[in-house]
Amino acid sequence: MSGIKFSEDHEWIRVEGDSGAVGLTDYAQEQLGDIVFVELPEVGKQLAKGDEAAVIESVKAASELYAIVGGEVTEVNEGLGDDPAQVNSDPLGGGWFFKIKIGDAGELDGLMDEAAYKAFTASLE
Amino acid sequence: MIESKGELQRTPLYDLHREYGAKLAPFAGYEMPVQYPGGILSEHTHTRGAAGLFDVSHMGQVTLTGAAAAAGLETLMPVDVVDLGVGRQRYALLTNARGGILDDLMVTNLGDRLFLVVNAACKAADIAHLQANLPADCTLEVLADRALLALQGPAAASVLARLAPETATQAFMSAAEVVIEGAACLVSRSGYSGEDGYEISMPAEATEAIARRLLAEDEVAPIGLGARDSLRLEAGLCLYGADLDEETTPVEARLVWALSKARRADGARPGGYPGEAVILGQLADGAPRRRIGLRPEGRAPVRGGSELVDETGRSVGSVTSGGFGPSVGGPVAMGYVETALAGEGAVVNALVRGKAQAMQVTRLPFVKPNYYRG
Repeated sequence: MSGIKFSEDHEWIRVEGDSGAVGLTDYAQEQLGDIVFVELPEVGKQLAKGDEAAVIESVKAASELYAIVGGEVTEVNEGLGDDPAQVNSDPLGGGWFFKIKIGDAGELDGLMDEAAYKAFTASLE
Repeated sequence: MIESKGELQRTPLYDLHREYGAKLAPFAGYEMPVQYPGGILSEHTHTRGAAGLFDVSHMGQVTLTGAAAAAGLETLMPVDVVDLGVGRQRYALLTNARGGILDDLMVTNLGDRLFLVVNAACKAADIAHLQANLPADCTLEVLADRALLALQGPAAASVLARLAPETATQAFMSAAEVVIEGAACLVSRSGYSGEDGYEISMPAEATEAIARRLLAEDEVAPIGLGARDSLRLEAGLCLYGADLDEETTPVEARLVWALSKARRADGARPGGYPGEAVILGQLADGAPRRRIGLRPEGRAPVRGGSELVDETGRSVGSVTSGGFGPSVGGPVAMGYVETALAGEGAVVNALVRGKAQAMQVTRLPFVKPNYYRG
């Protein structure tokens, strides 16, 4: 999948022009277990890289999704309200969290491509 | 029966849990399966629809022998042990001088001995408490060489009957000595899920064979502690350390049903246990707070530890257990509130991530129990 980048916090961003769709990786959803609720940011919210952007409630505990890059939230995945389990079943597809208008494209440079992220998660085992 | 890995102990099924792909985590000093690859929601739902097999060998199994054992145990709990029939099991509470609860446990009369199952986290403290307070001619033995498995769910009875036919008609809250796969087991018809099922005490060396035999049955799946918790929460059952503690009385905890008639003020053997004045006082005059069920309005779970406030922001209680109820299809919780607010339908607010989350007081349990009625 070209155009997709990953963070060490197990988030991904799929860049299209000056925007990107953001979500949790398959590794992250597997660690979290069954997801029962997602609290998404408001459309229009300004996020700095590293800000807490969303809250994910799994059966056992709450975790955060951090802003993989800074920017403005332009759209959120309303479908996660009715079916948060999509984060588990389709983390890179239907389980997307929100779209962000990227503030500083330079912030993408520090992210990993798919191969690098795969190696990273392998090193965590 | 248990090897040590650093500080954590293991049950006889450790290798089997690994083989089944369990995610293991420390719990009460043991390395225990939290879930298997299917996940907690699936394990929970499976138990309510078929049969789940739980390894609860971390719990403490103890016997008390001696003519004075039953009377001796009665000096430590507001429960009828003296007239507990042979082969009968009862839910019991060890109390302290403040009327608070030291642990909740199961007591079974096996005729020549009393058999106790205590919480893993309280095991050492309970044993010390019993040893310090029971009469000299009462002998306490810790059954360190026995494991404990629970088989729970609507299919549990038909499954266990294939291994031991007599268990099919065993009464709820009764216990029997049963041979399973050639091993001398003690089977009680009880559990912690709200479903029909059994708890099976067995020699440690027989555990793996019995577990594999049960798991070979189509209806049976291995279930971890994660689903064990969501099952008991939906069933409105307390977890010691969360919903019960040394500062909580049985009256506050809505466990008055466990205070045997024989031990009440007008019973055959009134009082004579720690905290009787507090407990009798609360039975007569009411308790300042009560345990309640709570349904968050919305889909976000509210976890144990969250403070509860009224509409003015005044603290009125706290959530003691909370999570997602797969059978209910939404978040569920238990907690304590001031008695005035403990009525069904009352609305209180939980503080979740700094924001007020409305919760409605509901009755417990959240799901209808399916205990065996014969």
